Amino acid sequence: MRLRRSMLYVPGNSPSMIQNAHIYGADSILLDLEDSVPLEEKDAARELVRMALSYLNFEDVEVTVRINPLDTAFGVDDLHAVALPMLDAVRLPKASCPEDVKRLSDLLTEIEEENGLERGRIHIHPMIETAVGVENAFLIARASERVDAITIGGQDLTADMGVVKTEEGVELLYPRMRVVMAAKAAGIDALDTVYADVNDAEGLKKEALMVKRLGFTGKAAIHPNQIGVINGVFSPSEEEVEEALRIVKASLLASKEGKGVVVVDGKMVDLPVVKRAKRILMLAGVDFDV
Amino acid sequence: MSKVIRDVRRVLELVGIEDGATISFHHHLRDGDSCLLMIMDAIAEMGVKELVLAPSSLTNAHERLVDYIRDGTISKIYTSGLRGRLGRAISEGIMDTPVVIRSHGGRARAIESGDVNIDVAFVAVSEADEEGNANGLRGRNAFGSLGYALVDVRYAKKVVLITDNLKPFPLDTISIPQYLVDYVLVVDSIGDNSKIATGTTRLTRNPLDLRIAHYSAEVIANSGYLAPNFSFQTGASGAALATAMFVRDRMLEKGIKGNFVLGGITSYMVQMLEEGLFSVAFDVQSFDAAVTSSILKNHNHIEIDASFYANPRNKGCLVNRLDVVVLGAMEIDTDFNVNVLTGFNGVLQGASGGHEDTAFGSKLTVVVAPSFRMRIPTVKDRVSTVVTPGRDVDVFVTERGIAVNPRREELFDRLLKAGLPVMDMHSLKKKVESITGVPSPVTFGDKTVAIVEYRDGSVIDEVKQVA
Amino acid sequence: MPLQVKRIAEAGSLESGDLLVVVAPSEGVSIEVTSSVERQFGDRIRQIVSEVIQSMSVSGVSVKIQDRGALDYVIMARLITALRRSFEDEAA
Repeated sequence: MRLRRSMLYVPGNSPSMIQNAHIYGADSILLDLEDSVPLEEKDAARELVRMALSYLNFEDVEVTVRINPLDTAFGVDDLHAVALPMLDAVRLPKASCPEDVKRLSDLLTEIEEENGLERGRIHIHPMIETAVGVENAFLIARASERVDAITIGGQDLTADMGVVKTEEGVELLYPRMRVVMAAKAAGIDALDTVYADVNDAEGLKKEALMVKRLGFTGKAAIHPNQIGVINGVFSPSEEEVEEALRIVKASLLASKEGKGVVVVDGKMVDLPVVKRAKRILMLAGVDFDV
Repeated sequence: MSKVIRDVRRVLELVGIEDGATISFHHHLRDGDSCLLMIMDAIAEMGVKELVLAPSSLTNAHERLVDYIRDGTISKIYTSGLRGRLGRAISEGIMDTPVVIRSHGGRARAIESGDVNIDVAFVAVSEADEEGNANGLRGRNAFGSLGYALVDVRYAKKVVLITDNLKPFPLDTISIPQYLVDYVLVVDSIGDNSKIATGTTRLTRNPLDLRIAHYSAEVIANSGYLAPNFSFQTGASGAALATAMFVRDRMLEKGIKGNFVLGGITSYMVQMLEEGLFSVAFDVQSFDAAVTSSILKNHNHIEIDASFYANPRNKGCLVNRLDVVVLGAMEIDTDFNVNVLTGFNGVLQGASGGHEDTAFGSKLTVVVAPSFRMRIPTVKDRVSTVVTPGRDVDVFVTERGIAVNPRREELFDRLLKAGLPVMDMHSLKKKVESITGVPSPVTFGDKTVAIVEYRDGSVIDEVKQVA
Repeated sequence: MPLQVKRIAEAGSLESGDLLVVVAPSEGVSIEVTSSVERQFGDRIRQIVSEVIQSMSVSGVSVKIQDRGALDYVIMARLITALRRSFEDEAA
């Protein structure tokens, strides 16, 4: 179970940003070859990210790369260039139907075999940015074993919808909820879109809290200074951790004593609650192995 | 006879500047100073030679001094720092006698003990009266504390104030009393206002510096020294100052009140003082306009002189009561020695400042820096110039790792337990070099161009000519 | 089969941590580096450029680099990109 509270987006053509991406405390980084790279620099960014993946040590951070869509001239070349041992997942932009994911998955299988990588090693993070994608969210989430997180791209999605992206985000409420539901049904992570105003920490926190309540497990960051706030929101609170500890301890005690029922504070606690408590402890970095 | 003179040449004739005289200035006007060069121009015109120039430091405003070295007007320099063209020229060997670099405390010691004898102290002040009472707190070119100059005025044979703001006698705010002053030179302007003390010091938004500051505050918070009535000092820029922001957050969280802040005071420290987070601010140098007005407004914001600040040989200086200090570094080595004087090519471009003094006095010395700058690793086997000895440096914080001095085993354990990325300095060095590659060493010539004097008067290192 | 540098091409930028490389067709191989860290890493930069040129079997190229403290992986990436661009014919 990987921690994915925050994911820092990094333009793929910027050496200084790439080599520092992993030091800011984000759980994941996304090296972008798509929207942040102009057409005439796609080749340069591809080679830079390839070299970065070959020579840099990103330590414990999850390394993902957003390739260009597979129906463009660049997409397939991107994939071949970046499928390296340091790569954990490929972000698939504008995923609209399960076939998009399947096609990527098959390509990855080919490439893994060519390069002697363990099959299935490279995960897929589909990005829902179109109305069709929203409608197909669950099918997309389940389209391949490789999919372990699904994310939403607010900017492109509102453009596809033909609406304005607002601060309160009422226009994105349904898409967000749909994507979250798909993620929960498929048993994977759900990552929310970026908050564009890098100087507004309050606004960021507000949005992060709201999407956490909806069920998102993490959020993208467009600037390192946003990571602290995002990690804070998506990390369990002290009270949540204390309660989770009590629940997990009780459940471990119960299984030790051969009892089937877990009781905490005089109340019966179901298995799903125990599972959630374990996840909270994992997010908080608390060891609960007896 | 009136002390007020309005002609530079006249006042020089009155005090009598001879060949070989030692003259001093302060650097509180920073890059906006015009007084030093104005006096030097007049002295040079008089044909005086072989001066010993002993300012508290030299800034980018003083690059033109190179010409007065070349023509023999100046033969010796005692300073805390050198920058720009001047530093480069001296590194290239234009002086016959090496420059003597002293810390703020070391300079005060040298003046008070007679190692340095000032013939004439020229002191720019932003407000003065005709008897010679003066301050740096009022006037359109106000700059704050006169900390460095306050030592000079007590020990120099002659004292000449330079002001662009003459007020009727008596002033109601007096940092320099009239009985120490020989003349008051009135000029149109003591400097460029926009470069002296503008607005408030902005905290960095640079994510790398903020990350370093975050770690540095974590170190402090877990060191055991962030406790009620602790005292605190930081450098004035970048990651060092930003550390203050995170430390403040922790203080508010834990309800901790400190007793004093010290040093170069910025508006951020003033904010903490006014919030009641610290009881006193001791100010030897004021970094912006908000600080200057705080000295006037807040009785617990106290102007102190450099001796009170850091002289190791008086009856007790303030750095000895410091609990935590956060300092910068150009280079640090595997013995934790710090270089704040010469750049990666060996050129004189920094200053000793209060580094040695505070590192010695403070219970916890935290040095912060990026792990590499422009591909050059900050950690070396041996720094090119030792300014602060490793025994006084406890923790080195970078964005990629934290090294703890082996002398502080208990501190290492605390920080490790707190989940901080601590490691030994050799490992940190290796880690950085695995990213940047190992740099080829820079070679030097044989000529000594600067002597680095430690605060007690002993020689801690020498700077050689660049090859 | 050795690849041909057909035209002048550049890659990279003058941003901190990057470098700007310009390759052009030329007699033999020439490498020119301008860097503020010349003393510390000048030789290393030139070495990497030689290695890349050799491994791509390029002959007849002049390489001009303006370095802003680029790490090894950046030098390689930018040079490879510039060379690939130079292999293309003008306009496409």
